[in-house]
Amino acid sequence: MTVSQVSFGSHEPVLDVKDLTVKYVGDTRSTTAVDRVSFSIGTGEVFGLAGESGCGKSTIANSIMRLLKDPAKIARGSISFGGKDVLAMSPEELRRFRWQDVAMVFQSAMNSLNPVLTIGEQIVDIFTTHAGYSRKESLRRAADLLELVRIDPSRLKSYPHQLSGGMRQRAVIAMAVALKPSLLILDEPTTALDVVVQQEIMAQIKELQRELGFSVLFITHDMSLMVELSHRMAVMYGGRIVETAKAQDVYANPRHPYTQALMGAFPPLTGPRVPLTGLPDGVKFRNIPDLTEVAPGHLVAPFGADAEALVLEGAAR
Amino acid sequence: MSHSALSPTRPDVSTQTPALEVRGLGKSFPIGGLFSRQSVRALHCVDLTIGRGEIVALVGESGSGKSTLARCVARLEKPSAGAILVDGVDVLKRDRFQASRAFRSRLQMVFQDPFGSLNPAHRIEHFLRRSLTIHGKGGPESETQRRLEELMTTVGLQADMLNSYPHELSGGQRQRVAIARALAVEPQVILADEPTSMLDVSVRIGVLNLMRKLRDEQGISMLYITHDLASARYLADRTAVMFAGELVEEGESLDLLANPAHPYTQLLVSAVPDPARAGSYDPVRRAELRQAVMASTGCAFDGDPNQACSASEPVRHQVGDAANRHWVRCHLYRPRAGAGGHALATEPVATEPVATEHTDKKASA
Ligand SMILES: Nc1ncnc2c1ncn2[C@@H]1O[C@H](COP(=O)(O)OP(=O)(O)OP(=O)(O)O)[C@@H](O)[C@H]1O
Ligand SMILES: Nc1ncnc2c1ncn2[C@@H]1O[C@H](COP(=O)(O)OP(=O)(O)OP(=O)(O)O)[C@@H](O)[C@H]1O
Ligand SMILES: [Mg+2]
Ligand SMILES: [Mg+2]
Repeated sequence: MTVSQVSFGSHEPVLDVKDLTVKYVGDTRSTTAVDRVSFSIGTGEVFGLAGESGCGKSTIANSIMRLLKDPAKIARGSISFGGKDVLAMSPEELRRFRWQDVAMVFQSAMNSLNPVLTIGEQIVDIFTTHAGYSRKESLRRAADLLELVRIDPSRLKSYPHQLSGGMRQRAVIAMAVALKPSLLILDEPTTALDVVVQQEIMAQIKELQRELGFSVLFITHDMSLMVELSHRMAVMYGGRIVETAKAQDVYANPRHPYTQALMGAFPPLTGPRVPLTGLPDGVKFRNIPDLTEVAPGHLVAPFGADAEALVLEGAAR
Repeated sequence: MSHSALSPTRPDVSTQTPALEVRGLGKSFPIGGLFSRQSVRALHCVDLTIGRGEIVALVGESGSGKSTLARCVARLEKPSAGAILVDGVDVLKRDRFQASRAFRSRLQMVFQDPFGSLNPAHRIEHFLRRSLTIHGKGGPESETQRRLEELMTTVGLQADMLNSYPHELSGGQRQRVAIARALAVEPQVILADEPTSMLDVSVRIGVLNLMRKLRDEQGISMLYITHDLASARYLADRTAVMFAGELVEEGESLDLLANPAHPYTQLLVSAVPDPARAGSYDPVRRAELRQAVMASTGCAFDGDPNQACSASEPVRHQVGDAANRHWVRCHLYRPRAGAGGHALATEPVATEPVATEHTDKKASA
């Protein structure tokens, strides 16, 4: 079942993930990190992915980028990008696919820059190798990019360890948009950014996105930010999608108990301090069934009495 | 679990030696090549006090020096100026103190980057075991095992993850291991640098409640560095705001966020994402606020005979009721960022940074 009918922009999905199942097969622990997940992203659409910590979001992103390493196994499902089967791409196709077609800001961005090269050298590298620009031209563009993410161009000469956590994150965002990919995957890109810089950078990305028409897969725990920026979104729990709809609908009318817990757990900025709880202690969802449509474009995994086991495992502590 | 703790249960900090006191802390880093004279002034004249059993949030601009402050206190960075007192002891004067077990058992840091701070060669169990050793709890193996499992449950992780390597964990799972590692030591002071940024809100609330419980039950003091103003308000007794290497405002958390006095704090509060006003980013209003931060010309306290203003020296004005311990640095005093500049100093550029070719993809919606 696909939900591309409610895509924004063009109706042609850029990315189509169908029935994806990914397992990590270890000798001590085997995990089904992603369990029969389907979603698609239209041209020019911003698609948000939220969910429990450890529910498989980064695994999905890595599957799309074909970056899964042993012991990860794609057990079933398909991923297609612009009509092409991503899982069948040759190493050569993959090289182009990774930088030019799809770029990703990893969750580990702060830690993913090359420690022995300056920020400038790393950005210039991208331009000279992938776009064939001259060094001088590349440097000019590198400086522009840093300004886009609010870093003084004099920092081109800095090594990663000389930058703050948020500056490193911003440098990686700059590198990801450098080649103007058709799909940008952002895996928690702003965890180290203050809200002012975060808002300005996301506004810039959104602006660029509108102008160039690329699509975005946006993973974040910041539900407010997600609802503000995404057209559609999906909420995951335990490897499965439990709810998907237009972001505004998920915000205004969350149906699944886990989505409701997510939406209700952020403390307010005004009023008295009131104690909050996340999910009540010991509540776990098991055997989550397939999504069903509850309103146009709003799909929810059935829950309650017999459809889904809501296990009270007894307080964890 | 009782939640009565949510009412301000501030300990009487005035009569006790503070858990942590930072005086006139300064730190500059050289940047550029070996022979370059450029430097970044990461911290300048920072004064901050954390009472026993007090939680202080540190918020502020990305790159403003928050991590550097914590790293100086944890003795991972050598300050260029100032003094750091832990439990009244000047740790900079005590050299042997630095590496000593006593210091580490008293003060623990949770690092900002969970992907860079766990040695990939070790299993999770190793990190927690080592922390238990620092705490000096040898004890029988069965007791250690019980404690290890307890620590994992405390941060919402399954005990079988003790056998995993860091690369097998998700971002949020690593973050929780980092928290458990600090807790295992049972320190008196925790410096937590964005400890919950990769946790979903429902787990995050659990961790924040846990920290509050530790404070209430064990009197732990905490510096909580965060970009999440709402969580600062939820957890911290006081909140301090950092901008361009200096503290610009500080006060009781509810009061500070309700009545931000410094233009930068006002800017910060205005930028908190809020789905209720989706698409609320207003470049015009933003430009005005930026202007106010970068070139403050007027000070609300100018002319108040009890509160002197100064453009050349940082003066702290009291805001409102003294009970809120809310002060703001005089607006007339302008930030002097180091050579690297800071995020606000970089004007927004036209949104066509590198766009020239690429006409093929333009999808006019
Ligand atoms: N290399 C690996 N070996 C074994 N298990 C793994 C491995 N990588 C990830 N996992 C497990 O797979 C599950 C999903 O991980 P993933 O990183 O996709 O989560 P996530 O949704 O991105 O979480 P977070 O929000 O905390 O980053 C987790 O339970 C994790 O422990
Ligand atoms: N080792 C270093 N060498 C040179 N400059 C450094 C070094 N460490 C930090 N800096 C600089 O000091 C300033 C403050 O950095 P710091 O990491 O303390 O910021 P921060 O407030 O923690 O920011 P963020 O919220 O982005 O993590 C930045 O300009 C940074 O580039
Ligand atoms: Mg992740
Ligand atoms: Mg930092």
